[in-house]
Amino acid sequence: MEWTSYLAPLSQGAWVTVQLTVYSTILGGICAFVFGLGKLSHNPLLKGFSVAYIEIFRGTSLLVQLFWIYFALPIMGQAIGLDLRFPPVVAGVVALALNIGAYGAEVVRGAVQAVPKEQYEAATALNFTGRKRLWRITLPQAIPEMMPTFGNLAVQNLKDTALVSLISLGDLAFRAEQIRNFTQDSVTVYTLVLFMYFGMALVLTACMKLLERYVGRWRAAGG
Amino acid sequence: MFFGIEWDTSSQWAFAVSIFPILLHGLVVTLQATVVGFFIALILGLILAALKSAPTRFIRWPAKLVTEFIRDTPLLIQLFFLFYVLPEFGLTLPAFLTGALALGVQYSAYTSEVYRAGLEAVAKGQREAARALNLASARAFTHIILPQAIPRIIPALGNYLVSIMKDVPVLSVVTVLEMLGVAKIIGDRTGGYLIPLSMVGGLYLVMTIIASFGVRYLDTHLPKRGLSLK
Repeated sequence: MEWTSYLAPLSQGAWVTVQLTVYSTILGGICAFVFGLGKLSHNPLLKGFSVAYIEIFRGTSLLVQLFWIYFALPIMGQAIGLDLRFPPVVAGVVALALNIGAYGAEVVRGAVQAVPKEQYEAATALNFTGRKRLWRITLPQAIPEMMPTFGNLAVQNLKDTALVSLISLGDLAFRAEQIRNFTQDSVTVYTLVLFMYFGMALVLTACMKLLERYVGRWRAAGG
Repeated sequence: MFFGIEWDTSSQWAFAVSIFPILLHGLVVTLQATVVGFFIALILGLILAALKSAPTRFIRWPAKLVTEFIRDTPLLIQLFFLFYVLPEFGLTLPAFLTGALALGVQYSAYTSEVYRAGLEAVAKGQREAARALNLASARAFTHIILPQAIPRIIPALGNYLVSIMKDVPVLSVVTVLEMLGVAKIIGDRTGGYLIPLSMVGGLYLVMTIIASFGVRYLDTHLPKRGLSLK
């Protein structure tokens, strides 16, 4: 078989990888903000829950989390009378998002804490409500600081999507393994796949840089 | 049965207790893979860092490209690549070593950046002062720059050691019997995934908490102003 014949199935897999990356990065970003701000909250319940979430998902391995959600959660659901069987794609996106969200939450927390204290005092002096202070003062200054690390985390997430092939989701890594089993042509298949991941990472990095430049304007406007 | 240890499915508690020693067997393999992978990453990273600061750009640029390539591609694919491609070039390693090598290659991209950042963080005035005092550049490096860079480098390397530990489960795909792989097999054979997988999660939490205390201890107890190499 010619190597060009691999391209069609591999690009199908790549498309699944792209979708997984986009969904789980966006969902992970939401988790990052919710739990990152939750960790700074004065509500002990919210704070405790956020800290527990961050520690559990940063302290264990992504593959453990993925297997737990895919294999163990349905059994626990059975025990408590709930159907917690998820299709691989849902389990994959949820595991990836929760994992990257925990790392992102620490970034959000750090960036929010780095906003100078005078900014809060000024906002309070100007009689801003708590919500308005968050949206108009804190986040516009904190988000540009998060972006470089978020860029790295997005690429990390793209790489991590390869693990969902282990719960038989037909992403790029899964297709590669299929073709290798069929043709035994490991060198070509895996070289091709490495370069495809590299290409996707370069595109993703460029997108994150654009986003970084876009939110960078808030810094000047908010300062 | 696994590693010659029988499991007891009479009750959930008995099951958990009976598989604990089996998981510890896996844990030992996880720690071994972590240490060997880390060691390879330290050495490969040093080589990459040296190449990236070579005097000619014909070495610097390819080294930077290779670092970027390693960092932007998944560990799983690099592992498969090494596992299937090395034997075609006549180099057949045991699965454990292939796995440790894959971890080492992946993390060499990160350690090389740690070395570089650590060296660059040493204030420029220190280099200038060393030159003003007429120290030879090799002597300035080993006696002035390196002792100040090491306290910054070690905690950062410690963080990657923890990351490597968390990536070891990936090696289970090439039949390395580390902790998660062992738990998965127990689950496959008994149909009870919940207890073994939860125990692995718990053991991982314990290990990363201990490790992060270790890293924090290093971070606060290494002399900030430099570590004498004498």
